[in-house]
Amino acid sequence: MKLYKIFFVLFVMLNFFSISFADKNDQLTIKISKNLRCLICQGQSIYDSQSDFAVSMKILINKKIEQGLSEKEIYELLKDKYGEWIVYDTSFNKNTFILWGLPVLLFFLGGAIILRKLVFRKV
Amino acid sequence: MKNKILIILLVFFLSFCFFVLFKSLESSNIYVPEKKEDRQLAEFVSEDFFTKKKITSNEIFQGSDYYILNIWASWCAPCRKEHPQLMELSKNSSIKLVGLNYKDNPKKAKKLLKELGNPFSIIIVDQSGTLSIEFGGYGIPETFLINKDKKIIKTFIGNLSNDSVRQINSIVK
Repeated sequence: MKLYKIFFVLFVMLNFFSISFADKNDQLTIKISKNLRCLICQGQSIYDSQSDFAVSMKILINKKIEQGLSEKEIYELLKDKYGEWIVYDTSFNKNTFILWGLPVLLFFLGGAIILRKLVFRKV
Repeated sequence: MKNKILIILLVFFLSFCFFVLFKSLESSNIYVPEKKEDRQLAEFVSEDFFTKKKITSNEIFQGSDYYILNIWASWCAPCRKEHPQLMELSKNSSIKLVGLNYKDNPKKAKKLLKELGNPFSIIIVDQSGTLSIEFGGYGIPETFLINKDKKIIKTFIGNLSNDSVRQINSIVK
């Protein structure tokens, strides 16, 4: 029984080390795949999805990292093939300016209202 | 007076939300990738389906004015459905048909070709599924019409129909 316990602890420790020393490329693959939308199971990221497309995409991302492509270059490559929709973190352009601009506008509007109230209260 | 303005604003806001949500019920929420025309084909190295020898994209896409790249597999039912259309296209001498056998069992794929005929001049293998992504494919079957400058000029998602064949023939002529 004691031996089993030792094996169990060793097994857990080995797993812990293999996770903490996971390859940098794998970590970048995970990071990129979390920001990509699966086109088959829409609503899931490439990282979460187990569809054929997502599995192949993860292999491709890893391959591209090994070839020396940067994170940005990989996003650009995939955007060129599948359009802006594939990335969750969309870039600022004519189609997304409302998406990015509206929160900033609301932030300043809210700030202006609060400021006005404070100024009026002082007066 | 202030309360009235607030109620009017609230009613306006809720009506706006209702209108937007109601309208969105009608539209499909399934995204189909943008079909970008004139996309340059990336260079790649693949494996020949029959000889198992390495083959480059430059060797595949040479000697013809137009190429059709078709992603297929023996396990894919719509691929069987579009096979007569591919056989029809193979009669056009201006087009070279390239098959991309996607995540398939080679024995079953060969059986299908024996049963229905082989419309392809060359078949390449994509066991990992990464090559189809290089082409911008996301499903199967999918067909790309490529010109001699190695640019994808038209994409057909799903199985080819008689209308697709007519479209291809009108472009190729």
